[in-house]
Amino acid sequence: MAQTRGKRTRTASRRVEGWIKPVEPEFETIQILRDDGSYDEASLPDLTDDQMKELYEWMVFARILDQRALNMQRQGRMGTYPPVGGQEAAQVGSAYALEKEDWLFPSYRESAAMMVHGMPPELTFLYWMGREEGAAAPEGVNVFTISIPIATQVPHAVGAAWAARLRGEKKAFLVYFGDGGTSEGDFHEGANFAGVFKAPVVLFCQNNHYAISVPLERQTASRTIAQKAVAYGFPGVRVDGNDVLAVYAVTREAVERARRGEGPTLIEAVTYRYGPHTTADDPTRYRTADEVKEWQERRDPIMRFRRFLESRGLWSEAQEEELQERLRERAAEVVRKAENYPKPEPTNMFDYMYAELPWNLKEQREALLQELAERGEAR
Amino acid sequence: MPRLTLVQAITDALRVEMRRDDRVVVLGEDVGVNGGVFRATEGLIEEFGPDRVIDTPLAESAIIGTAFGMAVYGLRPVPEIQFCGFLPPAYDQIISHVARIRNRSRGRFTAPMVIRAPYAGGIHAPEHHSESPEAFYAHIPGLKVVIPSTPYDAKGLLISAIRDPDPVLFLEPKSIYRAFREEVPEGEYTVPIGKARLVREGTDVTLIAWGAMVPVAEQAARQVEQEHGWSCEIIDLRTISPLDRDAVVGSVQKTGRCVIVHEAPRQCGLAAELVALINEHALLYLEAPVVRVTGFDTVMPLLALEQEYLPNPQRVVRGIVKAMTF
Repeated sequence: MAQTRGKRTRTASRRVEGWIKPVEPEFETIQILRDDGSYDEASLPDLTDDQMKELYEWMVFARILDQRALNMQRQGRMGTYPPVGGQEAAQVGSAYALEKEDWLFPSYRESAAMMVHGMPPELTFLYWMGREEGAAAPEGVNVFTISIPIATQVPHAVGAAWAARLRGEKKAFLVYFGDGGTSEGDFHEGANFAGVFKAPVVLFCQNNHYAISVPLERQTASRTIAQKAVAYGFPGVRVDGNDVLAVYAVTREAVERARRGEGPTLIEAVTYRYGPHTTADDPTRYRTADEVKEWQERRDPIMRFRRFLESRGLWSEAQEEELQERLRERAAEVVRKAENYPKPEPTNMFDYMYAELPWNLKEQREALLQELAERGEAR
Repeated sequence: MPRLTLVQAITDALRVEMRRDDRVVVLGEDVGVNGGVFRATEGLIEEFGPDRVIDTPLAESAIIGTAFGMAVYGLRPVPEIQFCGFLPPAYDQIISHVARIRNRSRGRFTAPMVIRAPYAGGIHAPEHHSESPEAFYAHIPGLKVVIPSTPYDAKGLLISAIRDPDPVLFLEPKSIYRAFREEVPEGEYTVPIGKARLVREGTDVTLIAWGAMVPVAEQAARQVEQEHGWSCEIIDLRTISPLDRDAVVGSVQKTGRCVIVHEAPRQCGLAAELVALINEHALLYLEAPVVRVTGFDTVMPLLALEQEYLPNPQRVVRGIVKAMTF
């Protein structure tokens, strides 16, 4: 035994180098609309003109709501808020690829995706105003609550997908996370489980280049995020996340693969966040104004899609004005609904801890009620 | 009636519930073909198939995260973590999601799941295999923590836990997995969560214990009865969150003395919570300070010194003497 081992070592030592070869997987970035809005007719996804306009409306509405939320935060009417601005195509295009019965597992920046899949935006506003009542979608809307601990939602989608398959359902489970999320153990564990279980999940990474301040090259030595799928034994694909049609087409294919039982897909949507990580962040500390300007002026997802619609005769200045006015009114209504939501009962914090309150919570609840009564705030 | 060990009673509970309710699934490392490293899931994959008895990749956070996804989607998963020393990677999932989802979603989503994990020392295992971290989990709002000490209770409590609408951490004292057999009824029965068991009645001092410390307390009680003629009342908590306050307070009000035994380190251990509870509700009944007989505030030693660390009957006797002769 020892001899054999010695022999092997000698054989290996004669050839000093060349055993290890760098593997450089190539993942092109799929694009349908070029930065200037031009395109090849043959590559367009199968969407009607009305559906194209619907995609556009969702993106514009997402941006208007985002602006409202940021303004409200500055005015003290909202808590810390993570803006969507710049990532509208990645979110709207992907969520639009789902059917109503499919499930969406969001992280915290997915306000636009959640809305497209049926989450009433006033609930999302309510949530960021600090109200648990806004966390859960209404019954019948297949949007799970957002996960704030990074990438922890990836295994959740895999588990829900397993449960659905056990019930004989053919649904897709779309789970969102960011570029920073791909450094987390839960991303890798979840992706690995998904691969082994051949789970009907779509792992959707919005690569917006920064995890708060840390740039992508400090996050991973991989050239792309899409290539990480190779290690888990399922396809990865890289798409221009500011091209709503490409995001839609790629996600649609992944969703259909999932439904057909062909297993998971990892999608890397390359995009950019215009604003801060959250309203508590100052992005001027870690990126230049020129960089932001480059994305805003040359690669804005909404402008690009508008130029596309105009080039097909589907959109005009008059329509734009009408849309802006209509959506601003709708946004005002969203804010009104959120701000006029009935005030929470302080005892709500106890009422959903368990199906049945244990004695300690009952007593603490009573004590709080007593205190409120003494303050004259009992309801 | 069959005479089963504690671990056999656990398998029996899983089988009974899996037959009764097809939403119940088992998942974890080696739980399928191998039947679990302690054989707690033996025979289940043969009866229920690999869709309900799921061998997972080796990743504790994803085992709990995946089970959580199953639970919110309507299944009743029973994930196994092979040793509770490997629960920490899943702690994030437990504290951040499993225990919070009912509250976060205002009841829209719930996580009815039972996390099973063998815990505590005494089996000459390697590092990280012998700790008693129950207090970490008893501190988490939204999570119930159950610890059986007999085969009968193990089956009845596990069935209750699987049927519970909220998440339960089910810690199994592995040193007594096969220590003794007792009659365990066939089929289904439940033992309520949140209710302690009166192991033996007594009048002079209350001993409170759970898991593998219950037989240690019993041995000490027999010894002081013989040597001193003292009558010990023993309470097996069975559930450490929520605590059975009435059982603890009622007994201490009766005896006026109390010794609490646990394997975990003393500082911020569950005994501290029990002492506070006794102070709040039975202070004026006390004839002596409540005595804690616990593990040391050290790292759990490897097997060579394991027996020096674990509370033994001799140490419990010393605690009883301290309480009785104050």
